[in-house]
Amino acid sequence: MPQFTTLTSRLVALPVNDIDTDQIIPARYLKVTDKAGLGAALFADWRYDADGSPKPDFALNQPAAQGAQILLAGDNFGCGSSREHAPWALIGYGFRAVISTSFADIFRNNALKNGLLPVVVDPATHAELLELAEEAPGATLVVDLAAQTLTLPGGRAVSFPIDGFSKACLLKGTDELGYLLSFEPQIAAYEAVHS
Amino acid sequence: MATMPQTLFEKIWDAHVVAQEPDSPAVLYIDLHLIHEVTSPQAFTGLRARGLKVRRPDRTVATMDHGIPTYSPDLPILDELAARQIKALEDNCAEFGIRLYGLRSPNRGIVHVIGPELGLTQPGMTIVCGDSHTSTHGAFGALAFGIGTSEVEMVLAAQCLLQRKPRTYQVHVEGQLGRGVSSKDIILALIARIGVGGGTGHVFEYTGPAIRALTMEQRMTICNMSIEGGARAGLIAPDETTFDYLAGREYAPRGAAWDAAVARWRQLPSDEGAVYDKTVTLDAAALEPMITYGTNPGMGLPITGRVPDPDTLSDANQKLALDKALKYMGLRPGQPLLGQPVDVVFIGSCTNSRLSDLRLAAGLFKGRKVAPGVRVLVVPGSQEVKKQAEAEGLDRVFREAGADWRYAGCSMCIAMNGDQLQPGQYAVSTSNRNFEGRQGKGGRTFLASPLTAAAAAITGCITDVRTML
Repeated sequence: MPQFTTLTSRLVALPVNDIDTDQIIPARYLKVTDKAGLGAALFADWRYDADGSPKPDFALNQPAAQGAQILLAGDNFGCGSSREHAPWALIGYGFRAVISTSFADIFRNNALKNGLLPVVVDPATHAELLELAEEAPGATLVVDLAAQTLTLPGGRAVSFPIDGFSKACLLKGTDELGYLLSFEPQIAAYEAVHS
Repeated sequence: MATMPQTLFEKIWDAHVVAQEPDSPAVLYIDLHLIHEVTSPQAFTGLRARGLKVRRPDRTVATMDHGIPTYSPDLPILDELAARQIKALEDNCAEFGIRLYGLRSPNRGIVHVIGPELGLTQPGMTIVCGDSHTSTHGAFGALAFGIGTSEVEMVLAAQCLLQRKPRTYQVHVEGQLGRGVSSKDIILALIARIGVGGGTGHVFEYTGPAIRALTMEQRMTICNMSIEGGARAGLIAPDETTFDYLAGREYAPRGAAWDAAVARWRQLPSDEGAVYDKTVTLDAAALEPMITYGTNPGMGLPITGRVPDPDTLSDANQKLALDKALKYMGLRPGQPLLGQPVDVVFIGSCTNSRLSDLRLAAGLFKGRKVAPGVRVLVVPGSQEVKKQAEAEGLDRVFREAGADWRYAGCSMCIAMNGDQLQPGQYAVSTSNRNFEGRQGKGGRTFLASPLTAAAAAITGCITDVRTML
């Protein structure tokens, strides 16, 4: 898994509540056997016209959004299906962090396993960030995972929560399967009793 | 010393914790791992890259459902990508020694239909699948939830997952359902009440007389859509209805083992005085048939209701969301849904494709015809459901009414297999998601029960089925 320590990047806002995984990547793009190339399908039905050309009014197609690695989304981001293709598409496109007031459970788990940081902020900070994105398109934020802070252009830093285990895994780039396999003796002991 | 009263969820959780380090997720043992073609290929690639084996092929069961066409298993799959994904599952199962209910198996079907049907799903188990509707299996009093592909790989390799303990949320349903109102209407009413994020971080437990009165198939419909309320899992305590359903099924225990299992399962229901982190109460008797009007399952209404007006909402983001949804759906604030014309009716999916769902729909179709210009697709949840429905003559009822009777699969619920809406088309669908484009790019979905779907098929518009019974 890629490491996540700090990230300094422009912000792109998609201020829609309950963005589901069918919007993040529509089901017709799931007929793949690997993870590569899914960035092109990110938000496909919002991003492209019927003929495949970029819709000029969509947030990700704005000049100020180019190269942005931080996505600011509405409440309850990633609801719906369990498809890990959603974080694969976000990462494939170039995002490393998503900011929202809340994330759906399965999406959050999937994101953390792929080095994509879900940043939860309170509604007031969320509103301030939306305003910032509108007034100063392409404004730059700094995410510091070790300090658990998000720093706004004015220098104000807000802290965000993350559980200690996920934080440690992201900081070191450790993947969770290695950690899980270290419990082999306990798993074998459990199986000896239970099956 | 008296022990603390526990919920059903806490009992199952505690019985499956293999290890737990401080400030870390629990190592949770998984009893049954279901896999399908869409969310597993990258997990097998990961196993190969690390030189790992599948730890418990005997606890792993595979089928193909999302990408398969429903026209006939004997015709070649024209979609090259879908065909490649299905072939990958066949190859992976052969290589790692996993039982596969493949294309021509009489037991193939939607993974959440065949698990219970085969008796693989049992009370007290932990069950996972790379599919969010794994919550379906909670109807048996099993802790069942959807996982991502990295987690599929973890379960294949270690038969365990790293999990943080969720909180509990009691959904208590009083009273009895009225005529023409079904378990689908209970779950749509719940989600309309609490919203699509209402259950985030929680596991639902459905309790109360209205739940007790439901059959297993009706209970599965409710648990299936727990995820649409944001809860990864939804549980119903096992009872005689559960045991009667399971007795004699292929993988259910037999003889003395059955008696021992039932004795164990009787200990599972939540103890008197067990505490939930949250509770909500619904009155089944007050429910009407439900239908959605928007672009997530929380945007639902009693069928005689009117589309809400964004201008009455104070929260700016909610107003924006409703505006956007109504624009996509082509609906006006304040308009009734009754009488809204529809182009397509889909009866199927892991929510409502079991024999009792098909019987209800067929009961309404009998002696009636599909409205001119409406396309109706009836897709059984499994080949076994198909066989039983045909033995009862339900297929004839559907065909004579003018509906299309198909082979088992996810079909138009996910629209990645050839069955899909055209842009702008309206569908009444018994499936679980009305997200933008879910049933085909530009397609517009009204979620409802099989009865409400059948009523719309016959009249050509959204109809209160109670007027037809």
